[in-house]
Amino acid sequence: MRRVSTSFRAATGIATPVFEDLSLEIGAREFVVFLGPSGCGKTTLLNHVAGFTRPESGSIEVDGRSIRAPGPDRGVIFQQDALMPWLSVVENVEFGLRLRGVAAAVRRRAATEQLARVELAEFAHHKVWELSGGMRQRVSLARALAADPQILLMDEPFGALDALTREQMQTLVLRVWRATEKQVLLVTHDIEEAVFLATDLITMSARPARVLARQRLDFGSRHAAGEPARRIKSDPAFIAMRESVLARLFAP
Amino acid sequence: MIPSPDAPVSRVPGSNLAISIATIVGLLGSWWLVAALAIVPPLYLPGPMAVLAKLRELAVEGYMDATLAQHLGASLQRILFALVAAVFTAIPLGLAIGVNRALRAGVDPLIEFYRPVPPLAYLPLIVIWFGIGEFSKVLLIYLAIFAPVALTTAAGVRSVDPIRIRAAQSLGASRAQVVWHVILPSALPEIVTGVRIGLGAGWSTLVAAELIAATRGVGFVIQSASQFLITDLVVAGIVVIALVAYVLEIGLRLVQRRLAPWWGRVA
Repeated sequence: MRRVSTSFRAATGIATPVFEDLSLEIGAREFVVFLGPSGCGKTTLLNHVAGFTRPESGSIEVDGRSIRAPGPDRGVIFQQDALMPWLSVVENVEFGLRLRGVAAAVRRRAATEQLARVELAEFAHHKVWELSGGMRQRVSLARALAADPQILLMDEPFGALDALTREQMQTLVLRVWRATEKQVLLVTHDIEEAVFLATDLITMSARPARVLARQRLDFGSRHAAGEPARRIKSDPAFIAMRESVLARLFAP
Repeated sequence: MIPSPDAPVSRVPGSNLAISIATIVGLLGSWWLVAALAIVPPLYLPGPMAVLAKLRELAVEGYMDATLAQHLGASLQRILFALVAAVFTAIPLGLAIGVNRALRAGVDPLIEFYRPVPPLAYLPLIVIWFGIGEFSKVLLIYLAIFAPVALTTAAGVRSVDPIRIRAAQSLGASRAQVVWHVILPSALPEIVTGVRIGLGAGWSTLVAAELIAATRGVGFVIQSASQFLITDLVVAGIVVIALVAYVLEIGLRLVQRRLAPWWGRVA
């Protein structure tokens, strides 16, 4: 991402900059978390990367190719699941492959494999509207993975979930990230979640958004390697990091 | 008053059915009572028994050289032709104007211009242009069905969750694939609602359509009977139309539930 600048035009005609001269380089296989207050433009940034919207100036490049439109190389998981209710769970997971014209047997095998990864194999033939919110997000994750993207974009993917389900989803996403070695870009306003998941934590200010800090963390890697979540989250180093990020975010 | 949490809520599906049945029985009962007590002369309000007898006579002996089945068949055929034509034209047009703003701006005034005009008002024009044949009758019903189907389809398309479209795009969907795999199935429940509304409009136009030199049809029976002041036959015709329309409506509701069991459960 180089020199991205976006502004929203307000009704009065005065352009409100969302962010100016934001320049970031992101490494492969990183778990990048954008943390910032609500409305700071982190979702706008993610939408630019997804290709849903385009910055007013600047460019976003993936592997040197400039992004112009949404594409299957960037899988997206939204805050609310965007599943197709007329399709069963497994049909939802193979949706991207079906669009690409992959043969039925091949895509069914791929979808079943991804459903097993998110621990929903036995729900393959359920209706999606019969599932809980957390299960639907797991279907969304499996659907994105089945298309085999280079990057996973997650826009507050656990925002609508209860605390317990949220922790389980964090563990699942870290495990998937470690197993698939994909780059993950996740947006959240939950400080603990950000510190826990990120290998590359980018803290952003309120509008116009600037990068307040960029830190390398290893709590997520530790959890992915097997250390229990509760032990990490009660580790004094984790608590200290959480508090310092919090202090920076709320500094005047 | 705030209902207490312990207050019985009518969750039993049977209890609503019981209320519906009670209403119908009550209505029939008071109708019968008014007729039996001869409060109103039968010319104005024939009793339910007289209507039932007339209905049997219509079914067995017929009216104006055709039995009830033949009259009903003629009417149903007109409605069915009009409905099929409307489904194959109004749904694609509704999809197109739901997706394309410019097309919507162009077509919307045309639909909104003719939609509120009662069919009886433009009936003379249709007769002048297309004559008194079967085509004019079907066209009149078709026009009544077309507008609600096209408009609800367009509204259904516009109410598709944009996140769902983005999800499909990020999975590699082309514009055509988005329409076919996301927008059409998402809008399907609304489209069926449009067909339900359209069918209702079609029935209400049937009598007007059968004003055009018809010799068969339930609408024709009602008009003809009214000219000869055969009030019980008028009521019998009304009952037939109401029953058949109701059966079709129930059928479409079942189709809707079958096609979109998720409707009302997820956004």
